[in-house]
Formats: sequence, C-alpha cells, structure tokens
Amino acid sequence: MNTILIFIQNAIGQGIGILFGANGEILTEKSGNLNLGVPGMMYMGGIAGLAGAYLYENAVVAPVPVVGMLIALVCALVAGTLGGAIYSVLTISLRANQNVAGLALTTFGVGLGNFFGGSLSKLSGGVGQISVAATAGAFRQPIPLLCDIPVIGEALFSYGFLTYFAIALSVYLAWYIRRTRRGLNLRAVGESPSTADAAGIDVARYKYVATCVGGAICGLGGLYFVMEYSGGTWTNNGFGDRGWLAIALVIFARWNPLHAIWGSILFGALYILYLYIPGLGRSMQEIFKMLPYFVTIVVLVLTSLRKKKEDQPPESLGQPFFREER
Amino acid sequence: MMSKLHGLREPLFHVSKRDECGFVKACLIRLAAIALALCVCAVVIFFLTGLNPLEVYEAVIDGAVGSNRRLWVTIRDALALLLIAVAITPAFRMRFWNVGAEGQTLAGGLATAAVMIYFGDRVPSALLMAMMLAAALLAGMLWGVIPAIFKAQWNTNETLFTLMMNYIATQLVAFCIVFWENPSGSNSVGIINQQTRAGWLGELFGLTYGWNLVIVVAVTAFVYFYLRDSKQGYEIAYVGQSVNTARYAGISVRRVIIRTMSISGALCGLAGFILVSGAGHTISTGIAGGRGFTAIVVAWLSKLNTFTMMLVSFLLVFLEKGAIQIASQFSLNENASDMITGILLFFVLGCEFFIQYKVEFRRGRKAVRE
Repeated sequence: MNTILIFIQNAIGQGIGILFGANGEILTEKSGNLNLGVPGMMYMGGIAGLAGAYLYENAVVAPVPVVGMLIALVCALVAGTLGGAIYSVLTISLRANQNVAGLALTTFGVGLGNFFGGSLSKLSGGVGQISVAATAGAFRQPIPLLCDIPVIGEALFSYGFLTYFAIALSVYLAWYIRRTRRGLNLRAVGESPSTADAAGIDVARYKYVATCVGGAICGLGGLYFVMEYSGGTWTNNGFGDRGWLAIALVIFARWNPLHAIWGSILFGALYILYLYIPGLGRSMQEIFKMLPYFVTIVVLVLTSLRKKKEDQPPESLGQPFFREER
Repeated sequence: MMSKLHGLREPLFHVSKRDECGFVKACLIRLAAIALALCVCAVVIFFLTGLNPLEVYEAVIDGAVGSNRRLWVTIRDALALLLIAVAITPAFRMRFWNVGAEGQTLAGGLATAAVMIYFGDRVPSALLMAMMLAAALLAGMLWGVIPAIFKAQWNTNETLFTLMMNYIATQLVAFCIVFWENPSGSNSVGIINQQTRAGWLGELFGLTYGWNLVIVVAVTAFVYFYLRDSKQGYEIAYVGQSVNTARYAGISVRRVIIRTMSISGALCGLAGFILVSGAGHTISTGIAGGRGFTAIVVAWLSKLNTFTMMLVSFLLVFLEKGAIQIASQFSLNENASDMITGILLFFVLGCEFFIQYKVEFRRGRKAVRE
C-alpha cells in the first residue's frame, strides 16, 4: 500500500513538469507553429526562476518565502515568454524555418540554463551550489488540513500549488480552445491560415500571442521542476529529456489538454516504473525507460491510421504562412 | 493617385520580395549578421564576467586551432558534423523533416561497436572493416526507413516520429552498454580493442584522421552530384516541391520517400561508423552528442548545398571548441558554448529574411501628401 502511494506521488511529481511543457506546446501548435524549442524554454524558465529567487534570498537577511516565490514565478514567466518571442520573431516575422529555429532555441536555452546553473553562485561571489530553500519551501507547501487525511490526503493533497495550477490550466485551455471565439479563431489559424486570413483574423497576431504564452507555460514547467521536484537546486542537464517528453505528450494527448492531464501522469509513471518492478536487471531498466517514447510512437501511428478528424495534428502544423506566397 | 490615400497613413515599413540578391550582397548580409551576433555575444560575455571580449575571442581562436592537435580535433568533429548534415540533405530536399539523425547515427555507431566487440579478434581486418561498415549502414537505414514507411503509407507525421526514434536508440545503446561494460560496474564501454586496435580506422597519408577526411569528402561530393544530376535526385526535388505534381508526373511518391530515407539513414549510420571506428573507439549514449540536431541547422543554413555545409560545419565546430577553451581558461562553465552558438544561429537564421526580402521604411509625410 505504502509503495503504491509513493509510486503515485512520484508519478505525479514526474508528470506535472511534462504537463506544463505539453500545455504550452499544445497552445503553440494550435496556432500552426511546431516549436521544437520546448526543452530550451523549460530550461530558460527554470534557471530564470531559480536565479531570481537566489538573488533575492542572497540580498536580504531574512527572505520571505512568498516574495521569493512571486519573484521566481515572474522571472520564469518572463524568460519563457522571451523564448517564445525569439522563436516567433524568427519564424513569423523573419520567416525562418520552424524546425531549425526551434532546434536553435533548444541549443540556446539548454546552454543558457546549464551555464547559469553551473556558474551563478560563482558569478555573484558566493560558493558552492545554488540553493533557495525558503522559496522552494513555499513552492512545496502542501494544502493545509486536507493533506493530513490519511492515504487520500497524501495521494491527492500533498503537492505544491503548481501541481493544482497545472491541472486547472489544462482544463481552462481545453475550454478556451474549444469553446471560445478566440479559441475558434486560434484553431482556424492552425488549420488553415489562408482561410483565417480571408475571414479577417489577424494570423500573425494569433501566432505571436499563442507562441509567447505557450513559451511562458513551458517556462513554468522548468520552474516546477527546479522548485518543487528538485527543491530549489540545480543539476546540469537535470531535466534530462523531459522537454522532448513534453512534445511526445502533445502527440499522445492528441492536442487535447484534458487528455494531457492523465497522459502526463501515465508518462510520469512509465518514466519511473523501472524503479518499482522487483527483480529488474540494469539492462531491462534501460528498456523500460523506452516506454514513454514507444507508447508515443504507437499513438502517433494509430492516430494516423484511424484518420479521425478530431485527433489529427493541426492541418498547417509546421507550415509557414506568408500571405503573398501561395 | 496618391491623393486617394490622403488621410490614410502609410505603414511604418513595408516588405517586398527582392528580384534577385547578388552573391556578393548576400554574403555581405550574412557577414553582417555574424558580426552583429559576435557583438551581442561580446556584450553578454562582458556583462556576465567582466572579461575583455577581445581577449575572450582570442582564446576562442587559440582553443580551436591553437595547436596542431587542437586543429585536428576541430577538423575531426567538423567532419562528423558535416557528414550528418550531408546525410540528412536528401531527406530535407524532399521536405521530409528528418530530425532523427541523432538516433540513426547512434544506431550506426551501436552496430559498429557490436561488430568490433564480437568479431574483433576473430576475422581478418579487411573483412572486419567491411562487416562493420555494412552493419552501420544497415542499422542507420533501418532507423531511417521505419518512419519513412509509415509516412509513405499512412502519412504519419515524420518530424515527431523521427524525434521519438532518437530516444529509442539512446535507450538501446544504454541497454547494450550494460552487457559490454568494461571494466564491469563502470557503466561505460571504455576503449574497444585497445590492445589489438582491431576495427580501428588506421592512418592514411600519415594523417590520423585521413580516412575520415577521405570518406566524408567523397560522400559530400557524391550527395551533391546525386541530388543535382541523377534521375533519383530529380525525383526527390520534385516530391519536395509538390507531392501532387510529382504524382501526376508518374513518380511513385511512396517509393521515393522510402528510398530517400534509406539513403539518408544509411549515411547517418556511416557517420556513426566514423564516430566509433574513426574517432572515439567507444560507444556511449553521447557519441552523437547533439550533432544530429546541429546538423539540421547546418544543412538548412547552407541552403542544402553540401559544399557550403563544409564551411558552416567548420565554423560551428570552431566556435564550439573555442568556447570550451574560454570555459577552461577563464574558469567559466563550458555550456557557454551552446549559448553563444544559439545566439549566432538566431542571427544567421534571421538574416536570411533580408536576403530574400527588401524592407522599405515609410518616407517622410510629404510623400504621402503628394
């Protein structure tokens, strides 16, 4: 019983960061932009949040956790937005290739994150590893009272607020994309930008806003990982391949944020499953780590086989739109 | 005629397509972008570290080509990057977004290492080399052709499929390392056949990396002429331009996709072979080291011209090696190199716009009033 409980907790802990990344990417892809810069934007958000909190905690004698938390949040959002903005300027205004711009953004963001993560304390004259215990404590604060309920409290209410925010955000995004006028316009831009353009929708603006907000959400994913999962410390390349897993989750969820919620927990579970299966040799552990990617490929193939309209990628995904070129 | 516009404001600037941008002008724009990028990097470096950027750039040059050994390491890595970029070019020409070069290279490297380990001391060296080569080509081909078959049959999104295949390959390598690790418990394979040097690409013309040089240059030339002059190359370009037109012209799009990706994957496998047999003599999940992704940028920046790729890949590796040197010399974190590369890529990617398009700013209000 206890093992199962810890397994669930860890699966959710692994999944939420991916869920943020996937939500940001879903919003971005709905506008027709295939942004492969998700890992980069997650690193950017993570390091910016950590750096903000670190500088704050170093500057004052008795740091207030809530203030550090707000600073970290703002920094992560700004950095994520900036990542999305770089991508937008390159692909929308300057008409660069989407895949290439995304990969360049990943190179940049991962380099930026590891660079500052590894040398921030030294650059600011401190010693040792960065640690922002006070701020991280605010991020890890479970829901009071409810978390004391045995079993249910531990399984459902023992997480920091970003976890619940991620789930709420998914629900909101699903509603926004499917049920609002702007969501409809956004989908039109992603499906057929020339039609949307003819209907008077400002295609460039929708693409810009969706990509930048998507970047901000990805940045939150990085912040979640740094603050709640790692407890306010940085390890180089500590995210591993979670950024790419987020892109995988977008496919797995078939571009629906609601599917992404349970998908993220499933991915988290698959990601750590090898730790919980007794008698697994080291070699088989490596095979188990393949599972999230393998499942994604299966889903990708199945959706392309079934050709169900609701499950398809946005029609113009990855395609550039320039009005004067047909 | 302009009087009709009275009261309307002309937009701040407008963009129009250039008829043709001269070669010199295009080069100048690119050089300006690189110069601008280096300025931005210099400002970033200065604010971060307070170091004199000029000294830092001096360290870059020293790190990349400062000694004979460093020069050859730079050339070796540039060759590996170039080969992967050349390998993905046929697929990109076909507008098949193969972002799986990383996995295809790993698969090729894995197959090479497997042959080296299991047959290293049992077969004559010429046969061993042939077996390694064949295994690498086949493994890379297999990794490339699986997404291609699904793309050809069911139009499965190839960008996402090839991306996922990278991680399956990575895990497969991690799986094999457990069996091959040496010494046991180290979780790494170590140098394969260190004593016998079986399956190592030897020297050529007295150069340690002579074979690498010959193979990569030959493949570069082959792909260039294959794409430009062969019937298959023509078909690839046709499919890339318009699938429907190609179909109408009687080209079997499916066959072209599968055939091209087989070639592309096999050449990536060859890159894996060179990385294992001709450079590292070991296998790890990091042998491709992100080159599969960087190669995409190289190929695209070179406009899919394999000869331009030589220049671009050398430039990128030059910077990377230089940045590693900065890192050790000024005791910075070596990831600075990725950051600098990223900034450079942004500018170079962005500047292509100004080669294709002309931006004209609004003239004074008088012009509007006329």
